[in-house]
Amino acid sequence: MQHTLVVLVEDKPGVLNRVASLFRRRVFNIESLSVGHTAEPGISRMTIVIDSDQVSAERVIAYLYKLVNVLQVEDLGSVPAVMRDLALVKVAVAGHDRATLLRVVDETRAHIVDTGEQTMTLEITGEPPHVDAVIARLEPLGIIEMVRSGQVAMRRGDTALSAAG
Amino acid sequence: MQRTGSQIIWECLVHEGVRTVFGYPGGAILPAYDAMLDYPVRHVLVRHEQGAAHMADGFARASGEVGVAIATSGPGATNLVTGIATAQMDSSPLVCITGQVPSKMIGYDAFQETDISGITLPITKHSYLVTRVDEIMPTIKEAFYLAKSGRPGPVLVDITKDAQQASTDWTWNDAPVRLRGYQAHRIPAKSDMTKAIELIKGARKPLILAGQGVIQSNAMKELRAFAEMIDAPVALTLLGLGGFAASHPLNIGMMGMHGEAWVNHAIQEADLLLALGMRFDDRVTGNLKTYAPHAKKIHIDIDPSEINKNVRADAAIVADLRETLRELLDMLEPSSHGPWLKYIASMKGDTAVRDIQRLPDNGHLYAAHVINDIWRLTSGNAIIATDVGQHQMWEAQYYHHNEPRTLITSGGLGTMGFGLPAAIGAKFAKPDAEVWAIVGDGGFQMTQAELSTAAQEGVKVNVAIINNGYLGMVRQWQEFFYERRYAATPLRDPDFVKIAEAHGLVGLRAEKRAEVDAIVDRARQAEGTVVIDFRVEQEDSVYPMVPAGADLDAMIRRPEPSVLVETADDPI
Repeated sequence: MQHTLVVLVEDKPGVLNRVASLFRRRVFNIESLSVGHTAEPGISRMTIVIDSDQVSAERVIAYLYKLVNVLQVEDLGSVPAVMRDLALVKVAVAGHDRATLLRVVDETRAHIVDTGEQTMTLEITGEPPHVDAVIARLEPLGIIEMVRSGQVAMRRGDTALSAAG
Repeated sequence: MQRTGSQIIWECLVHEGVRTVFGYPGGAILPAYDAMLDYPVRHVLVRHEQGAAHMADGFARASGEVGVAIATSGPGATNLVTGIATAQMDSSPLVCITGQVPSKMIGYDAFQETDISGITLPITKHSYLVTRVDEIMPTIKEAFYLAKSGRPGPVLVDITKDAQQASTDWTWNDAPVRLRGYQAHRIPAKSDMTKAIELIKGARKPLILAGQGVIQSNAMKELRAFAEMIDAPVALTLLGLGGFAASHPLNIGMMGMHGEAWVNHAIQEADLLLALGMRFDDRVTGNLKTYAPHAKKIHIDIDPSEINKNVRADAAIVADLRETLRELLDMLEPSSHGPWLKYIASMKGDTAVRDIQRLPDNGHLYAAHVINDIWRLTSGNAIIATDVGQHQMWEAQYYHHNEPRTLITSGGLGTMGFGLPAAIGAKFAKPDAEVWAIVGDGGFQMTQAELSTAAQEGVKVNVAIINNGYLGMVRQWQEFFYERRYAATPLRDPDFVKIAEAHGLVGLRAEKRAEVDAIVDRARQAEGTVVIDFRVEQEDSVYPMVPAGADLDAMIRRPEPSVLVETADDPI
């Protein structure tokens, strides 16, 4: 099953390398990884999605805690959480009815963020399955380029993850 | 006061209590070497940086203190790698300091530039790159703290040449190190303790599996009291040897691939395993699917990532072992397991004297005899460092360790060439102790250049080469599993006596059983380092043996000898 790990780390040189190296060395496949700042200066937040069983996920968490620069780890696989993924998709406009594309945009809450002579660039944000579904509808129209941010996630409700533990 | 980065390195080392370092100079570490002359630190000049890391490791394991190795950038640093990986696998506290090219040249493939903090990232507890003089003190303080606290391990500090050369206003900061993401000290949780107590009380066939954690948390007394309190037999891992006296009646011996047969049988029949500071390594468990099928498992370890890694624990306590055992002792009532102990003793039976009395007394030398003789002649009081292979397992079987930190061996990584430098390091840690390196003819040649270090530094270690003219353990596997096709295992060795003499050291040779006592005595009495070439039976094998991945009780046993010879006056 999929596990979404939220990892708070010290923003120091090589930390991403340490985390990535750990997954490589212990033979865990990263499905997606995203990194960014938090509200606290000097602390970064990683969201790492892995496909593994519960025991292996627990192992990964224990190994992550062994990294000196890792402050907090939370597995959002088993708690209610907001999950988001963002995709930018450049779709060919020529060769099919422009209206078809606009209908897909309209029906899927995608946004047009750029238009060219031959292409249109869409932004799709939502839970990863939603993004997958939109992309599936765009595929027959001709996807020319695509990028996905990787999943970010946050626990629902008042409980907050803090570097102070 | 004004200090250069180089001076700060030595100020810090002296403040951390370091009196001996093992190293090799070179361009990027030259400023530090220059400053060294003004500080009360003994530098041991090795012949290869791998030797420096192993010596620092041997020093650490013999003393319990942090061992320090120093090297220059590039090849100097990469030569440390095997030694660092060895220390990491065996949780040995090391601080390795390397010089790095000037910070402005990093990333430009400068002469002798290598990314050693990156290279060592997966084989250290932590690694640092220091590019500014102000970072040197906090980093070295953190490095020592990390190396020795919690589950110990090696830490690498790579310091650029310009940081060594720059000056700053400096005073020693006594404040304890605090790292946000690092928890060194853990105390046992009450609920885990209660669960463990329940299991202990319900057990009829409990068995303690004691590892190196016993020695590292200094829990020898507590382990003894605990074993006696619950009246449970104690089996040891290779690195745990010495953590519980071999002479104690509850000590049933080493477990695992070359462990005692009755120990492995006992594990398979136990109804409770108490794993104390050990990690269920594959050499200890054999096939995990059939491992200890009847036993509940209590696992106590300081490292949470060891829990449920190889063996699922029914109760787990993540905490310092000594504190945990003390609390358990307070909560437990004495119990007894007479029938279980008797049963194990009955399995021991005639196999207790095992192979050593079954070896034909044909005048030939057998490694088991040699090691057993060294044990007898040193009254079991020597510190022994070994290499890796057959002689290592024979050491574990025939040198009976009663004290902790007296067996220094590469268990996890299995590093050939470890023995001689580790012995030299141990001798620096314990100058009054008798130190032996027991090595094979293969491994010895990997780091034999360190004889030169021993000669130059004037340290005495006795080197017993168990010389069978083969890479013996590999040959044994070829014999058992590859139809005796001896691919690349026969060795044409140099004359080890002459090698010793070429270093200005004493070289001795023994080829017959009758010669061993006198030769060992001569070695012990000689002033400097002595090398003894023990020409042992070439195709002898280590028994029993659990083939890799086989069930723990599926052991290959020594074939019945055709002629049994009485050697009753041989102590075992």
